[in-house]
Amino acid sequence: MKLSAKIATTFAASAVAVAQVASAGTLDDVKARGELKCGVSGGVPGFSAPDDAGRMQGIDAAVCDAIAAAVLGDASKVTFIPLTAKERFTALASGEVDVLSRNTTHTLTREASLGLNFTYYNYIDGQGFMVMKDSGIKSALELDGASICVQAGTTTELNMADYFRNNNMSFTPVGYETSTQTREGFEGGACDVLTSDKSQLAALRTEMKDPSAAMLLPETISKEPLGPVVRQGDDQWMDIVAFTLYALINAEEAGVTSKNIDELKANPGNPDIARIVGTEGNMGELLGLSADWSYNAIKQVGNYGEIYARTVEPIGIPRAGSVNDLWTRGGILYAPPIR
Amino acid sequence: MTERTRIPLHRDPKVRAIVFQLAALFFVVYGIYSLFETTVENLVSRGIQTGTGFFDEVAPFQIGFSPFLDFNLGQSTYLDVFFVGIQNTILVAVLGIVAATILGFIVGVIRLSPNWLASKVALAYIEIFRNVPLLLQIMFWNFAIFLPSLPAPKNSIELGVFYLNARGFHTPTPIIEDSTGFTIWMALLAVLVAGLVVFARRAKTRFEETGQRLPVFWISVGVLAAGGYVLYLIAGSPLGFDVPVLGRFNFKGGGQLPLPLFSLWFALTIYTAAFIAENVRAGIQSVSHGQTEASHALGLSRKDTVRLVTIPQALRVIIPPTISQYLNLTKNSSLAVAVGFEELVAVWAGITLNQTGQALVIIGMTVAVYECLSLLTSMILNWYNKRIQLTER
Repeated sequence: MKLSAKIATTFAASAVAVAQVASAGTLDDVKARGELKCGVSGGVPGFSAPDDAGRMQGIDAAVCDAIAAAVLGDASKVTFIPLTAKERFTALASGEVDVLSRNTTHTLTREASLGLNFTYYNYIDGQGFMVMKDSGIKSALELDGASICVQAGTTTELNMADYFRNNNMSFTPVGYETSTQTREGFEGGACDVLTSDKSQLAALRTEMKDPSAAMLLPETISKEPLGPVVRQGDDQWMDIVAFTLYALINAEEAGVTSKNIDELKANPGNPDIARIVGTEGNMGELLGLSADWSYNAIKQVGNYGEIYARTVEPIGIPRAGSVNDLWTRGGILYAPPIR
Repeated sequence: MTERTRIPLHRDPKVRAIVFQLAALFFVVYGIYSLFETTVENLVSRGIQTGTGFFDEVAPFQIGFSPFLDFNLGQSTYLDVFFVGIQNTILVAVLGIVAATILGFIVGVIRLSPNWLASKVALAYIEIFRNVPLLLQIMFWNFAIFLPSLPAPKNSIELGVFYLNARGFHTPTPIIEDSTGFTIWMALLAVLVAGLVVFARRAKTRFEETGQRLPVFWISVGVLAAGGYVLYLIAGSPLGFDVPVLGRFNFKGGGQLPLPLFSLWFALTIYTAAFIAENVRAGIQSVSHGQTEASHALGLSRKDTVRLVTIPQALRVIIPPTISQYLNLTKNSSLAVAVGFEELVAVWAGITLNQTGQALVIIGMTVAVYECLSLLTSMILNWYNKRIQLTER
């Protein structure tokens, strides 16, 4: 009797324990743990790829650095977890990562059926095609009958299918698990065309043995707004992730950089800047963070423009006048005010 | 007669056993139930929708290789994707099992060869391929050997009407052009086969009566090949061939063995054959030397000794561990995703899972398929194993 009672209690306790994990506050978890667990691709230069020292670098990785700086005060307190396209949503939903910053496209199906919330976009992309120069192909409309290397389980795969159907063309997909494998397959001749988001194509091209042998076709066949994703049902955490990203964009708009932020903190000049650097208002408190949350993020990671210049520009995608520029300069990057 | 002593219920071992088993069963069932309840509750609380409603939705992606089932982008559903995945898994498993069995048998026999060099080469083969992770081998063959060494479609290696390039192996496929002629050919072939069956029976009776033996197998093969071709001409050559033609990007028409399938098949065969070779060696060595000597003493030739005495006894040892290797090969085919072959895990537990997010249903179904395939394979082989076991009288 005693034994069975014990077993019953154990079962009941474990059931309750499992149920509790789902509703725990992510902010408290991260604070208690003292580090942020961030899901990234880990294999896309410019977005998230390890540098010579083994530190994850790129615009996706920088978002996580900024969140860690805002929440924990230290941008280095991030554990990066490389995820494949297939693993990413399950990893987030099951709590394996706190935030997914893995060049992930915002779509209705994902938002509505996966138990996820997309926050804002750290890079706005579109899908394109890359071919070898010696193939003589100048347009995506000449691709009827081609074999196409693609990363399996991505929106890329769906856009490609739609595009070929719309244009009455046939194709053979060659689906790989990682973007590195798609590049290896393309270089080795397993396919005629490599398709992905254009930023990824540019990044993968830099990794080829002879980058000048390949070229991007002019067509952009889809909208791919990429940004950090969080679990549904934790609105406070979602606000923190979103506003950390907004803070980086607003800082650029207001001219606050990692270099001049100390000066501006001492002498803000205008109330907008004062709120961004945390000397005016109680923005941090409202989010459940310290008053210097945005100061830490900008100081340690840089504003959006600095991050872009450090991560995406080197892979050969200029920013000036592109969609990823600020709205004040002809782009569509527009962050809600911090007030 | 002594009166049966009454034992109190709680000390009756039978009653006790039943009570404990019922209690154990209760906790197992309760455990599964609470796990299920918790899962459902968590799914609901996280806003994740689950169910099988997506089966009938049109799959929004393309599948490149489906040799038997039709897959049309824009019409085929997610459920079709499931079946295409099973089809491709079974295809590579069957191809792999056949090839690994043949290769494994040959290597196993060579391993026991009195020729020092041959036996050491077989040993080296076994030790190299058995000890390197399979995923590494699959990627090695595909990315390091086949892709760089095979030419682009424009410079394909021509072998008559067969073409080999980095996309795969392209063959002509037969198509029935004249259906009456084809029926006539089939009817004539049936007559030929019936004749050969009668011939085989006669040969057996003759062997039993006179002890003279005819090479029935080789005669049958020869007659079937030559006779089949003559009858084909008599029926008016009813078949046409769909020959692959080089298009802008690759060959169109005909049949295709895509490179990912070939790489996977090759790697699975090489890897599994190394294990099977060891089973074969163990099996042959388990037959005591006395058996061979006895059969020689009875006047059986070396060939007959191997065929009638050694192999049947060795098979009893070879088959049970080889069943496990067949199961492993089938399950290992799921590593195909590394080279882009579209089997069950790649298209169903991979692409479909990612597009629909229905992890629970999809993974459950995938598990069930592998479970069924494994049980089916063991069932067939266990039946065969039972048949060849020593019949004890």
